[in-house]
Amino acid sequence: MTSTLEPTRPGRGGPDLHTRLSSRTLPSWTAPVLAGAGAVIVVGGLLLGLGLLRPLLLAWALQLALPVASRFVEGGRKATDRLVTVLVYSAFGLALLPLGSIIWTVVSKGVPVLSAEFFTYSMRNVVGEGGGIYHAIIGTLLITGAATVISVPIGLFTSIYLVEYGEGKRMARWIRFLVDVMTGIPSIVAGLFAYALFVLFFGEGVRMGIGGSVALSVLMIPVVVRSCEEMLKLVPNELREASYALGVPKWRTISKVVVPTALAGIVTGVTLAIARVIGETAPLLIVAGYTDSVNFNLFDGRMATLPVFAYTSIRNPGVPPEFSLDRAWGAALVLLIIVMLLNLVARLVSYLFSPKGEK
Amino acid sequence: MFSGISFGAASLILLTLAGVAIFLTVEGIPGILADPSQVKSGERFLPYVWPLVFGTLLAAALALLIAVPIAIGVALFISHYAPRRLGATFGYIIDLLAAVPSVVYGAWGIAFLAGQMVPLFQWLEDHLGFIPLFAGPASTTGRTILTVSVVLALMILPIVTAICREIFLQTPRLHQEAALALGATRWEMARMAIFPYARSGIVSASMLGLGRALGETMAVAMVLSASGVVTFNLISSTNPSTIAANIALSFPEASGLSVNALIASGLVLFVITFGVNFVARAIVDRRKDFSGAN
Repeated sequence: MTSTLEPTRPGRGGPDLHTRLSSRTLPSWTAPVLAGAGAVIVVGGLLLGLGLLRPLLLAWALQLALPVASRFVEGGRKATDRLVTVLVYSAFGLALLPLGSIIWTVVSKGVPVLSAEFFTYSMRNVVGEGGGIYHAIIGTLLITGAATVISVPIGLFTSIYLVEYGEGKRMARWIRFLVDVMTGIPSIVAGLFAYALFVLFFGEGVRMGIGGSVALSVLMIPVVVRSCEEMLKLVPNELREASYALGVPKWRTISKVVVPTALAGIVTGVTLAIARVIGETAPLLIVAGYTDSVNFNLFDGRMATLPVFAYTSIRNPGVPPEFSLDRAWGAALVLLIIVMLLNLVARLVSYLFSPKGEK
Repeated sequence: MFSGISFGAASLILLTLAGVAIFLTVEGIPGILADPSQVKSGERFLPYVWPLVFGTLLAAALALLIAVPIAIGVALFISHYAPRRLGATFGYIIDLLAAVPSVVYGAWGIAFLAGQMVPLFQWLEDHLGFIPLFAGPASTTGRTILTVSVVLALMILPIVTAICREIFLQTPRLHQEAALALGATRWEMARMAIFPYARSGIVSASMLGLGRALGETMAVAMVLSASGVVTFNLISSTNPSTIAANIALSFPEASGLSVNALIASGLVLFVITFGVNFVARAIVDRRKDFSGAN
């Protein structure tokens, strides 16, 4: 870093602090005014029907005037700082744009499709117009539900082991590490694993709803373990010790004191884990397959799910393609709403039921 | 007994992980050894899987190249630039990107992004065509590996951002305040106090993002128009496919030894992602031990 102190000039009296220590700065209204001008350009562009992209680029370029002006008024270091500030804000904006675009695309294309028929009909014997996602909703609920039933006990007990029993043991360290690694298993590999497992029992070409549940569990368990572990760690040790002091055995302490105290956090974690796997497509495509009919039996034959339904409708739209594509957008919207709702519920639970001292 | 159940559940996780490797190997080996005439692709396993590995690595590397600078910017914005009260809210908003299902990304990629990319590709071909990456001829549908990388970049942005954000927030306050007190501007403070502290964290966050990008299936399968070639040309209509996308596209119709070949390619993908994640997590863990001292 270069020195910012100027050499004191000889022949003057005491240092004039005011002129020495403050340099010229741009007025503080410069940045807000530029941002406002940018907003006016974007809104104006929208109103004039120029689209969003070009006005947005223009507005962004306008913000670069700030570092340029700063270069001449305030000097290089401040100018760099201002440039980086603009860039950092732009990075955030750049991340928001696609999110907005995705939500807008799905909502605008999906809403017109939603109707009572869309939710209550399956695709059985439907060619062209009509039909719905009833079978896919049933499949998604059943498969995800079964995955939750498998994952939550395993995940919860693993985290209990990690926090309550395995403290400091080598085995616990390894499990924690491998759980982290397991969060990175590609979903399609989980699907192949479930398929390879079920092939051993049921022969080649097996397609079953429960296979999808197993695949989703592989993806879900690590998420559940990590969030439950964090929550169990938050339970104060005083509670455990008070319970031990009363002569309560360890397992009752865990089941009656530790887990109930952490319950809100655990529910939040499980909800987020469900939200994470309910939109998975690849493993279900591999092992649950796709069908046009309603199937209530997890252990018998193919099952449709919302993501696979959306994928198949886009991939094989048939002739004419419009109706199938419309249904795909409808299914995508329903899926997006479910995922967002689950996220919202998770946040609400953790906000409303977390121990009062933590807020 | 309660302790027994807990221990059993924990061991089950180890078993599952081992099971993934074992089952994929058992089902995959016939595919690796299969005679070219018995599989649909009509090739030996290595020449069959190599273009896929290449495509997987290329798409993931490009996605990383796009995502990491943006993720660092966003993380810095949330941790140090945004008003403190709004920081957490902005964090949630970025996390929403992770909540969007991959099939929705795929649909959006086809319906919106691919179309928007076409003029860009045309421009790249006209003005930067001398670089082999943009040799063209530019795709008219926009469904190229560059578009796929943009979608992948979006999908890994939340996880990279989240980890970078955590680490930026952990930077010792005293380091930051010392830098500011010495007259550093905010950017100089970030460069001198935050980045050196966060370097290993950024590396491991990027590697976790890389792991995600390598294994992402549906967005690639839906957006890319693939033709199993090995090329660095990013904007033409002939693109290398990726392992995951190839499995998703071929599996529903595959039968016999072709299934085994696909499972074997899944095993290759598993080994690659496991390695990347293993190294990334090891860096994170090692860092944890050090940062306690601060």
